[in-house]
Amino acid sequence: MKIPLSRIAHARSGDKGDTVNIGLITYQPGHYPLLVREVTPERVKAHFGELVKGSVVRYELPNLGALNFLLHEALGGGGTLSLRIDAQGKTFGAALLRMEIDAD
Amino acid sequence: MIRIANGQGFWGDWLEAPVRLVEQGPLDYLALDYLAEITMSIVQKQKQADPNLGYARDFPPLIARIAAPIRERGIQVIANAGGVNPVACAKQVRQLAPQLRVAVVLGDDLYDRIDEFLGRGYPMANMDTGEPLSAIRDRILSANAYIGAFPVAEALATGADVVIAGRCTDTALALAPMIHAFGWGPADYDRLAAGTVAGHIIECGSQTTGGNCQVNWQSIPNFANIGYPIVEAEPDGTFVVTKHAGTGGRIHSDVVKEQLLYELGDPRHYITPDCVADFTSIQLEDAGSDRVRVFGIRGGPRPPMLKVSISYAWGYKAIGALVYSWPEALEKAGAADRIVRERLCRLGLEFDEIYTEYFGVNACHGPAAPPVADPPEVQVRIGVRGQDRKAVDRFTREMAPLVLSGPPSATGFGDGRPAVREVVAYWPALLPRGEVTTRVEVVE
Repeated sequence: MKIPLSRIAHARSGDKGDTVNIGLITYQPGHYPLLVREVTPERVKAHFGELVKGSVVRYELPNLGALNFLLHEALGGGGTLSLRIDAQGKTFGAALLRMEIDAD
Repeated sequence: MIRIANGQGFWGDWLEAPVRLVEQGPLDYLALDYLAEITMSIVQKQKQADPNLGYARDFPPLIARIAAPIRERGIQVIANAGGVNPVACAKQVRQLAPQLRVAVVLGDDLYDRIDEFLGRGYPMANMDTGEPLSAIRDRILSANAYIGAFPVAEALATGADVVIAGRCTDTALALAPMIHAFGWGPADYDRLAAGTVAGHIIECGSQTTGGNCQVNWQSIPNFANIGYPIVEAEPDGTFVVTKHAGTGGRIHSDVVKEQLLYELGDPRHYITPDCVADFTSIQLEDAGSDRVRVFGIRGGPRPPMLKVSISYAWGYKAIGALVYSWPEALEKAGAADRIVRERLCRLGLEFDEIYTEYFGVNACHGPAAPPVADPPEVQVRIGVRGQDRKAVDRFTREMAPLVLSGPPSATGFGDGRPAVREVVAYWPALLPRGEVTTRVEVVE
């Protein structure tokens, strides 16, 4: 069964230079293995398509039921260089929650 | 136990927050964070124009508003409001609130020492790109080492009512009172890491009390009177995150988790000048209404290098926008973009980047956004960035003509042509910590 990630997780995103970080957090600790299985760096990279020019790196924080993603070269230069309306990547967290995952 | 609050998450945050923190409940220390990466270049320019400026100008009048209660109740204020001129900032505070004792932390400003470091063979290469600093030497606007909590704690020990630092880390503002009150030393790795995590949790102000929180945001009470965060810190490194009773917002482990992950890199190595904190060791427990207990935090020794925040003049940019209405709003916006690009090309203008986005369609979420069928209106935003000011300026004259010479039903150009903005870029580098000497001065 496909469900949107927003059903089991919430997120907050921010910037460091031209890198966006997304903290993705489960509502229920029991969903953490599902998050680890479904939300791979490869899928995150594909989800954002042309918005992310560089690599996507994933870190695991099982103590918080959370994953931390670093999306490199994702802000059109970052900080003051960026020409984007979301130059600080504030809305990337919500964008990630659109992802459809396999809940079975 | 000591209570440390954060009343300002960035320069521009809610002006009433620090006043309310002082008025609405018990407090021992009030931390105020003013500096972002780019702020240093702004204050540097202000100092070049007037040697009495170069700091967060909102800060002295704020302190004047709370001078009486902080003096009476012994609340010490800690702020990185000093920018590139902490002494001038302190003098202005003393002028507006003569009854206060003010201490400054100096030594972070390396602007006058760049050539000395390059001459001694430190490349100060860009941590992101690896480029040596010599590539932009003549365009540097500011250079500041991130200093840690120990010099700030030293300033608190002078008994000052207000401690003003320049580029100290955001987390140091909360860790410093713990070092000062509990006598922690540089080898108390776990406790320093705990204080650093506490600092990270409160450094963005109300972003840890329910602001910008995705968890049931509609149910978060009373945003208009949102409480700012308070850490109740214990000498053993455990702490509770809370806020004053009767204020708006919400503190819950879900909210704290969002803030813990905010602007986080490698969670096992959260590097500061004071320690390296391991965010995979953090344990959270909801401990009553608007109270989250934090414990179990581990850390390691401080790194041998300090990070230096350098800003430099990069070039120029401008962003212009037009709104197209239904029908075929998106097609019209796309046509406008092609026309502008063709005209720029025929003028022979070259840019580092031309970037177009369709606000109302997918400007925020890009390919992750689902397609929108014939939206009521679309804003096309075209941005250009380049080294040549004249080319960027010429671009700013290419949007408005489309109202009469492009697709129909264009509007939203009432503010006139867009401004050309100077782009100041950020250059993170490393320097051995022995090269940076801090000192504390009491400003009489």
